[in-house]
Amino acid sequence: MSILSKKDMGFLTDPLMDNNPIATQVLGICSALAVTVQLQTAMVMSIAVITVLAFSNVLISTIRNKVPSNIRIIIELAIIATLVILVDQVLKAFLYDISKQLSVFVGLIITNCIVLGRAEAFALQNKPWPSFLDGIGNGLGYSMILIVVAFGRELLGSGTLFGFQVIPDAAYAAGYQNMGLMVLAPGAFILLGLIIWVQRTLTGTVTD
Amino acid sequence: MASKPRITKAYTLGFAAAVTMVCSVLLASAATLLKERQEQNVQLDIKCNILTVLGLIETKDVEAEKVFSLYDDKVKTFVVDLTGNQVSGRTAEDIDPEAEPDLLPVFARQEGGKITAYCIPTQGKALWSTVKGYIALENDLNTVKGITFYSHGETPGLGGEIDKEWFTEAFKGKTILNDAGTIVSVTIVKGKMRGNEKDPEHLVDGISGATLTTKGLNKFIKATLDKYEPYFKTVRGEAS
Repeated sequence: MSILSKKDMGFLTDPLMDNNPIATQVLGICSALAVTVQLQTAMVMSIAVITVLAFSNVLISTIRNKVPSNIRIIIELAIIATLVILVDQVLKAFLYDISKQLSVFVGLIITNCIVLGRAEAFALQNKPWPSFLDGIGNGLGYSMILIVVAFGRELLGSGTLFGFQVIPDAAYAAGYQNMGLMVLAPGAFILLGLIIWVQRTLTGTVTD
Repeated sequence: MASKPRITKAYTLGFAAAVTMVCSVLLASAATLLKERQEQNVQLDIKCNILTVLGLIETKDVEAEKVFSLYDDKVKTFVVDLTGNQVSGRTAEDIDPEAEPDLLPVFARQEGGKITAYCIPTQGKALWSTVKGYIALENDLNTVKGITFYSHGETPGLGGEIDKEWFTEAFKGKTILNDAGTIVSVTIVKGKMRGNEKDPEHLVDGISGATLTTKGLNKFIKATLDKYEPYFKTVRGEAS
């Protein structure tokens, strides 16, 4: 199945805009606030979440007809937890510095509502391939917001992007100052709020 | 959903057991396979921190080999006890401060056979977590050469700022002894310094919103310095 059918494309692109897990469903906010001070950590976190989402969806979808429904949440959590710990171990081994900065937030992917939410709402009813796409799509939707927020926070808060200084020294000499608020959690709240506003205006989502 | 198996209690139990087995085998093998690399990373991080406070490297973006070779070349390690005598037969890297609080490791920077700075580990409770770090002193064993905190679980943005350069930078050049030669340690004030303090050479700026974290730091830094003081006294005595 190398070519994506139109329906498959929908699984992939729908969560990017119309049904974005952060902006529309407002899930996974905690980690979105915590890891977006720098682009680099946001990127690594995004990759971790995409990996966990895709594989947990596939695995849960594969065994969906075998899972006794009375213990299905426990089974889902066991699978998700295993994947998250694997990702955490790999990060500790290969990207030690970043894993130190992400600290508990990698572990907290286990409780990220997006992962369990997709398992419950999608993987249990669909075949592995669409579930995989759904996982990737939702992961990308999450990543997109994370990266936009991190871009704004790192640029305004530290004057850097990926750790490289982008605001010229001349600007600092002329009296420009980094916005300390952006480094702290309220900065993320404000940016996230603005993004959700723009996104809802564009998609016309109305919730009461 | 197609052919659902008949759910009996035995089936449910069996299914749970199977999933648990698979998960645990996966995790155990990953942990074993990656253990060596992870431990090497931890070692590298510790050595990097020691080299940084001793002023041997500027940033932490140094290749692993250079860190290990610099450490082997320039850092002399030994262990002292609470009375200030050297303990033989122990290596500084192996001391677990929680298991053996009476053994004090010292990491000294050596230039041409002479010790130019001393680095000692320090740790203690702050607000939420145990904070671990290193303090380096110049060879007068009075002036602070550097300080770093490499492990903590304080609130990011508030207490978590203790590992930031702007905070640790302020310790440099401060002194730990008063005029009478007794330990007063370096104290982090509440908020910023006003400029009219009596002994600014023993005080550094605090972090607003992190008063309880810095209170913990003040306490355990002083405790660490007190513990090492008998040894420091003998070194100072030899020098003068």
